Amino acid sequence: MKTPGHMNIRKHMQRGAVASMPMILGGIPFGLLFGSLASSYGLSPWFAIAMSAIVFAGSAQFVALGLIAIHAPIWVIVSTTFIVNLRHLLYAADMVKYVKHLPMSVRFIMGFGLVDETYAAVRPMYEIGSVDEKTGHKVYLGSFCSFYLMWNVTTILGILSGELIPGMSEWGLEFAMVATFIGIITPYLKHSPFWFCMLSAGVSSIILSGLPNNLGLLVAAVIGVIAGYLADVYMNLSNQLADSHQSIDKNA
Amino acid sequence: MNVLDSVLIIVGMFVVTFGVRFVLFARAHKVVMPVFVERALKFVPVAVLTAIIVPMIFMKDNQMNLSLSNPWLIGAIVAFVVGIWRQHQLLTIFVGVVVFFIAKYMISLSV
Repeated sequence: MKTPGHMNIRKHMQRGAVASMPMILGGIPFGLLFGSLASSYGLSPWFAIAMSAIVFAGSAQFVALGLIAIHAPIWVIVSTTFIVNLRHLLYAADMVKYVKHLPMSVRFIMGFGLVDETYAAVRPMYEIGSVDEKTGHKVYLGSFCSFYLMWNVTTILGILSGELIPGMSEWGLEFAMVATFIGIITPYLKHSPFWFCMLSAGVSSIILSGLPNNLGLLVAAVIGVIAGYLADVYMNLSNQLADSHQSIDKNA
Repeated sequence: MNVLDSVLIIVGMFVVTFGVRFVLFARAHKVVMPVFVERALKFVPVAVLTAIIVPMIFMKDNQMNLSLSNPWLIGAIVAFVVGIWRQHQLLTIFVGVVVFFIAKYMISLSV
């Protein structure tokens, strides 16, 4: 054996990290902003560091900061976090088929690291066959580790910078994430049910954007899934009908 | 905020966040997804990612911004067209980001 197992793992982890690069870049301003916001609210640096290291949930951490600032009760903070992160249940449901053969310890880490970016980076790789059940979790861990590292380092840097880095949030680095997500969505659009899915999720997300705590995002996502599913079922039915008509014509 | 509150917040947030992400993984070897659920789940990436970015693209300060002075809209449209046309993820990201920053710069000059 010229390539021992751990070399293999490193190679696959690197693939995951590389695939996540644009989103890691896009996440940097958020991490810095989180750290600096936490310290500007007068929270202990250890509190902010612990939240990024232990909770590891981008948007929910910002929501929690906002709630702490208005002295919301703890149960409100926790239940809001639950709602904000509920979309990850959809990711998990979609990933079940790719993790069920893995040892529980690996699933544990993968569950901890199931954030938007890692799901977005790795899930399509299963679809196109560039990872399989032997390599997928290694690529996933590479994405998770690089994202986790970025998130915690930028949190600390944000705290150290003490105050908001002037204008950093105005630079628009977050657009890297938007462009990445577009790059992930567009290959699906070869099939028309995905157009129905995208359009209904997009329109709903704007109509529902006034709802608090990412609820609009969650409901819009569910509407998109249902719309795509119904379009898929409808198109299959009409194809089957067309086929059966053809065979009837041939038999006649 | 005292230490106990801090610990309770972190622990509480961890439990619900990790719980949501892990509960299905923990039972993955036993979970049998009905066929229709599996068929619906393949729409999750497009649905969730779209719902995350569309408000970022089209809205500013809770208002729709469909004007050409919105660099997010310009960058997103260009990225979308490139994505549909070439189906190449890195190219989509690169062109989208470059156009976004150029548009942002031009708009800042004209204001």
